[in-house]
Amino acid sequence: MSAVAGDGQITKKRNVYLAQIFLVVLVALWMVPLVGMVVSSFRPLADTNANGIFSWPDSLTMNNFQGAWERGNMPRHWLVTGIVVVPALILVLFFSSMVAFAVSRYSWKFNLSLLMLFTAGNLLPPQTMIQPLFQIYRRIPLPEIPLISDTGEMRGSLIGLILIHVAFQSGFCTFVLSNYMKTLPKELNEAAQVDGASMWRQYWQIIMPLTRPALAALATLEFSWIYNDFFWAVVLIQKGDNLPITSSLQNLSGQFFTDDNLVAAGSLLVALPTILVYLILRRQFIGGLAVGASKG
Amino acid sequence: MAAPELTDESVAVSTSEAGPAPKKGRRSYSVLSRSDKRTITAMVGVPTALHIMFVWIPAIATIGLSFTNWNGFKFSSMKWVGLRNYRQLLTVFEKDFYEALFNNFWVLLFLFVIATPIGVLVAYLLDKNLKGTAVYQSLLYLPVVLSLAVVGFIWKSVVYSPRQGLLNTLLGRTAEGNQIDWLGDSDNIIPLLGGYGLSKNFLAMIVPMIWQHVGYVMVLYLAGLKSVDPTLREASAIDGASEWQAFRRVIMPSLRPVNVVIMVITVITALRIYDIIAVLNNPNGTDVLSVLVTDNISGESSSIGRGSAYATVLLLLCFGFVIWYLRNAFREELE
Repeated sequence: MSAVAGDGQITKKRNVYLAQIFLVVLVALWMVPLVGMVVSSFRPLADTNANGIFSWPDSLTMNNFQGAWERGNMPRHWLVTGIVVVPALILVLFFSSMVAFAVSRYSWKFNLSLLMLFTAGNLLPPQTMIQPLFQIYRRIPLPEIPLISDTGEMRGSLIGLILIHVAFQSGFCTFVLSNYMKTLPKELNEAAQVDGASMWRQYWQIIMPLTRPALAALATLEFSWIYNDFFWAVVLIQKGDNLPITSSLQNLSGQFFTDDNLVAAGSLLVALPTILVYLILRRQFIGGLAVGASKG
Repeated sequence: MAAPELTDESVAVSTSEAGPAPKKGRRSYSVLSRSDKRTITAMVGVPTALHIMFVWIPAIATIGLSFTNWNGFKFSSMKWVGLRNYRQLLTVFEKDFYEALFNNFWVLLFLFVIATPIGVLVAYLLDKNLKGTAVYQSLLYLPVVLSLAVVGFIWKSVVYSPRQGLLNTLLGRTAEGNQIDWLGDSDNIIPLLGGYGLSKNFLAMIVPMIWQHVGYVMVLYLAGLKSVDPTLREASAIDGASEWQAFRRVIMPSLRPVNVVIMVITVITALRIYDIIAVLNNPNGTDVLSVLVTDNISGESSSIGRGSAYATVLLLLCFGFVIWYLRNAFREELE
């Protein structure tokens, strides 16, 4: 990479060319598992078993999707996913935006410590808190509501799952939102105060609307994180029927015999919502991550 | 929070209201009305209570439980056993413990030595806005939006499947009896002393982790690169620095904060790795610390004390990195 001023033009052209080749090869390589998943999920097992996944298909079929849908009891698990993800997402953004508002717009003694507490909490591996959490959860009684809390206690209930998502994810969200809110002009609050706006109105009607881009970015990111959760659900939900979709995928992987194309179809179905959200809201998605990182 | 940003405008605006004018850029808590104080206390209090109750209290209680022997039922059956659980990790359960430690270490090593440099290189190239940059970036990030559990299933069925997977097809080893069982072969590929080492099937699980981590590093680093002052680059180009010199001497150092974030996130990722191991579980050679923790939550042969000891080791290992991350993220406020 000699870029001495004189022969710069030629080397530069060559470098761009090399960079393009490198990127194309890398991206192609990276796409192989995903392309393989799509291809095999549309092919009969007998065909791929005989010719491999990456061969010209004799015939295409929807049977794998149907099989995954039925054997994986997917409608049930999608329902559970919806019941967990939607409230968790709303609550985590609501809670963290309130804390972020308080620490970024007003100064009081514990601002920094509080923010650091939240930020650090999200960095801890979930496994470091699961043992006591499990014991705490089995000791908190809940009214028995079908599906929502049919164990009659926090452990095994969807409420318990929602709450741990909110508690754990609020760390990252508070960090990102407070960084964003700090950049809003400080005069906003003061002007509002002069007009006699209450604290709540300042939060809800002045700061929150201005925070919308950061909230959108976080919503996409948090959607994928909560939707993709495997660990909390597998440990805290005991009844197989009540697992959200991502963790229920295990049902498709039989212990002795595995239909690879069925697993591929199931994986594709489970991956589809996050892939779609990502493709549609790509800018927000990447933006949220970048906001969290570049400050940090 | 100590934020000594004296802005004349803010003082000017707020003096028009009765009461003491705050000198700080942000209003101080003491000038608020009583109902505003109540509101803000609730706004901070409820989320903080939830966070502390379900994240911090359990994390600290884990340390306490690691010194006990308990079956998880009556509190009266809980016995203080001092360091016994830790002694057992080093004796009776030595094999499990060291194997898991090594495996977490292998994950870290591969993410660090292979995934991170690829991610950085790609970010560097994409930062040049070559043709197709948006497409490359979108596609390389795609694995990151998937659950690592789903990633495990994809690799298992597409790449590692003995009968029809990509690897055995390429190697011509798909015939019955001639197949390579990528996820089942626990022989060491890198043997170390005492029977420990990196097993073949664990390496097969690390590859998908690399596949995912590259996109993550790429996005983080790209965000950093976008924030580099362009005049720095121009200056080094005028000085006749080669591309490598400019990257090594000018760009890298100015990206120190992002480097810290990537390093800490890589370490934490390697320590908390769980999903993919759980779904591709094989009986031998693939345990990591987080799996040992969850193996001891409930059930016949589980021990809460021992599980908590494993978790405490995990906590200790990431503690320093969390502090490092905080000092980096709040460097301005802490000064």
